[in-house]
Amino acid sequence: MTDSTLVRSLHFLLHVLTALLLPPLLPGLINKVKALMAGRQGPPVLQLYYDLAKLARKRAVYSRTTTWVFLAGPVAVVAAGLTASLLVPFGHSPSPVSFQGDMILFAYLFGLARFATVVSALDTGSSFEGMGAAREVTFSVLTEPALFLGFAALAKATGSLSLSGMLASPGFAISRATGPLILVLAGWMIVFLTENSRIPVDDPNTHLELTMIHEVMVLDHSGRPFALVLYGASLKLLVLGALIVGPLLPRTSAPWLDWAGFYGAMALLAVVVGLVESATARFRLNRVPQFLVAGLLATAFAFFLLQA
Amino acid sequence: MILFGLAFLLVALSGVPGLFLRAGGGRVSAWMLGLGALAGLAAAALVLCGAAPPALALLRTPLGTRGFLRLDPIGAFFLVPVLVLPACGALFGVGYWGDQHESARRLRLLLGITAGFMVLLVAACHALTFLLAWEGMAVSAFFLVAAEDRDPETRRAGWIYLVSTHSGTLCLFAAFGLMSGAGYLFLPVPAGLAASPRGTATFLLFLAGFGMKAGIFPLHFWLPPAHAAAPSHVSSMMSGVLIKMGILGLVRALCLVPDPPLWWGALLVALGAVSGILGVAFALAQHDLKRLLAYHSIENIGIILLGLGLGTLGKSTGHPELQLLGFAGALLHVLNHGLFKGLLFLGAGSVVHATGSRNLERMGGLARSMPVTAAAFLAGSWAICGLPPLNGFVSEWLIYLAAFRGLAFAHSSWPVLALAALAMIGALAAACFAKVFGVVFLGEPRSPEAAAAQEAPRSMRAPMLALAGACLAIGVVPVAVGPALARAAAAAAGLTGPADLGGLAHFGLLTAIALPLLAAAGLLWAWLRHGAAPRAGLPTWDCGYAASSPRIQYTASSFADGLVSAMRFILWPRIRWRRVRGLFPAQRAYRSHVPDLVLDRVAEPTLGLAARGLAVLHVFQSGQLPLYLLYILITLVALLVWMVA
Repeated sequence: MTDSTLVRSLHFLLHVLTALLLPPLLPGLINKVKALMAGRQGPPVLQLYYDLAKLARKRAVYSRTTTWVFLAGPVAVVAAGLTASLLVPFGHSPSPVSFQGDMILFAYLFGLARFATVVSALDTGSSFEGMGAAREVTFSVLTEPALFLGFAALAKATGSLSLSGMLASPGFAISRATGPLILVLAGWMIVFLTENSRIPVDDPNTHLELTMIHEVMVLDHSGRPFALVLYGASLKLLVLGALIVGPLLPRTSAPWLDWAGFYGAMALLAVVVGLVESATARFRLNRVPQFLVAGLLATAFAFFLLQA
Repeated sequence: MILFGLAFLLVALSGVPGLFLRAGGGRVSAWMLGLGALAGLAAAALVLCGAAPPALALLRTPLGTRGFLRLDPIGAFFLVPVLVLPACGALFGVGYWGDQHESARRLRLLLGITAGFMVLLVAACHALTFLLAWEGMAVSAFFLVAAEDRDPETRRAGWIYLVSTHSGTLCLFAAFGLMSGAGYLFLPVPAGLAASPRGTATFLLFLAGFGMKAGIFPLHFWLPPAHAAAPSHVSSMMSGVLIKMGILGLVRALCLVPDPPLWWGALLVALGAVSGILGVAFALAQHDLKRLLAYHSIENIGIILLGLGLGTLGKSTGHPELQLLGFAGALLHVLNHGLFKGLLFLGAGSVVHATGSRNLERMGGLARSMPVTAAAFLAGSWAICGLPPLNGFVSEWLIYLAAFRGLAFAHSSWPVLALAALAMIGALAAACFAKVFGVVFLGEPRSPEAAAAQEAPRSMRAPMLALAGACLAIGVVPVAVGPALARAAAAAAGLTGPADLGGLAHFGLLTAIALPLLAAAGLLWAWLRHGAAPRAGLPTWDCGYAASSPRIQYTASSFADGLVSAMRFILWPRIRWRRVRGLFPAQRAYRSHVPDLVLDRVAEPTLGLAARGLAVLHVFQSGQLPLYLLYILITLVALLVWMVA
């Protein structure tokens, strides 16, 4: 009894530490892959940790137009991201909190983060940030249903109504659900790239205000609020990434192998994102909705395949 | 049931003392409504906790113990918003619609009467009392809508409302008539009746009559003009509770049917999806703050219908857990929508009071001059988007859960439709309220009126804060409403036996997640505050453009343009502008307007055409007395001939 409590609390501790400490590594990996692909040496993999430490010591600059809402954005992004990290299983290790319908809360926590970021951007009164905010909410109209249809397909396949049951279910080896699972993951990959503002939807490296989505919304942030913005974005990479790698991981015998598998899969996901970014160009803005509709259709097909 | 009677009297007569007082009538009416609300809430709590017997006869008929009025759990659950919102509205009205308005006394009187009729309506359990209370409510609400009757726009809105509400009542008369075989008391209908042609006709008539009041698409067309024209605290009550009486009627009708056919639930889900998505789509395209909120009421009615539809599907297919979750979600959303939409309309009233305009494009920067209104409005926006940890999330979560459970059963196409629709509605609502809150309260003022705006007086702030507090309380500690909700939902779903809502939906865990969320937010906030002293007072980064002005801010129209033009096949925006030519163009105007699909595109043109067609009958109406006497003579002769033959 005490043994299992100990194991569970160790799992919990590892889960929380992973959510707190791992995220800034992922953008570093992506950037390293991109640099290597372009024949550059690139910044160190740990660059984001250095940036965060530097920003935490710096003075912030607040525009005279802004109110407290301006700060609510970064705060809500990190708070919602950390809370969502409690709900999602990292690989086959169960999530700290799991209950029927937790995937709905999970999705809405990201909705909360988006809403807060958008109003925080509008608080500056800048038309550029208004544009970014408008694009962000426009694209979310297509990504939300894709995410939920994916949940629907997995719920149908596994009969489970919680994230831990849906994602960590071992029944995916080779079964009737394999085809739909591939479709769901393909759809979710599109959601993942969009929600994390990666190429081909958005370019995290561009410096032209008119064409950006996420970066333009946080133009006015600096100092500690900006540190939260950067950290929140990397946290989103981890937590949404866990959604995608979870069903792909084979179940192993030892829990510690499960953890190792999860870390390896996250690193692989970062490499894949880096490769996608190196190999493709950003879509024109009016092409993005078609890309998102493809994701929506993939998840919808997955569900109807399971129903048939 | 003395408490219930007391509540009714206090509420219905709340406007009367004000008629005889020179000043201060508003305060008296607010006090009476507040006390009435306390009495009525106590009565509702007794019923919902099961302390009082679930059915209490108020008036005993000579024939038996069943009376015309009975406060059952469904009625008690609806009674809560019915009492809370008029009380908050009346308090708000003290500052917002004071004695300087010529219609102040009349408005207070009618507000009380309308609320009184709604109190009767939730307890009505006989067709006669139901229809009496229904008509009383509908007609007194007409005078509320037409409070500012000097304005032609308001008169038109009131007229449209009156015509549509009476069309709805006509359907209800027909439906109750068809039900007469089962008696006028609300008793369960025999099994098998629902699938018969008579059952079908009755269901469709009820759906039309109640749907007209609730604002189900495409019967919603009276709603945006009426809510925009009425004074804000009246809109708050109308949108918060009056349209919910249509939902009450639907719930009452559905809970009498033991075996609804499958297509009933499917139709409700489909109507819910259409109302929800189109409601929020039209809301996105509005520039008028109150019209926008009115379209959001249509959206939320859609969400409630999705819950009702899923519950009904569960009833048809025999899945009690689906039934319970669907009805629980719908009922809780009725309460929640009352709270946050009431709050949003009061916030809109506060903005209109401060700026004198309902046009979004003339607002901006109000968060600095009106911090309390801004915070309350943000809470309302947060809740209506269904974002945790506020109350909107809890009810949407229940409906989502119902949809997810429905996936496991046969006919899972309808639950998955509900699921996709809810997800899309949620994202669209967040887009719309980011627009509203951002354009009204954030950024720089876009007009001199917005720049000179002042915070509302305390009597207007207090009801907004109270409603925001209620939204937060239900959101963080949903377990507080859990048992009452379970009882009401079980009654609405027609389930017998104990309803284990807590076993299907773990409310406690929502609290367990909301607390770390709030704690993390608090810690991070403190961390931001304790950094190096920020440098303030600089302008927003403008990419080096030196001559910035508030007019180059993103407007409400431009914010919504991406989504509106993506949905132009259904919204049909009217856009008028001239192409900009030359290197140094002079002034250019751009106008866009989205007329209502049903009212402006279908109903008015066809009715106008019908009116013109029927104008040929005017030849009989010459206005000359001899001619009319001739008509009478002809009629008499015709009758004589007919009788002889």
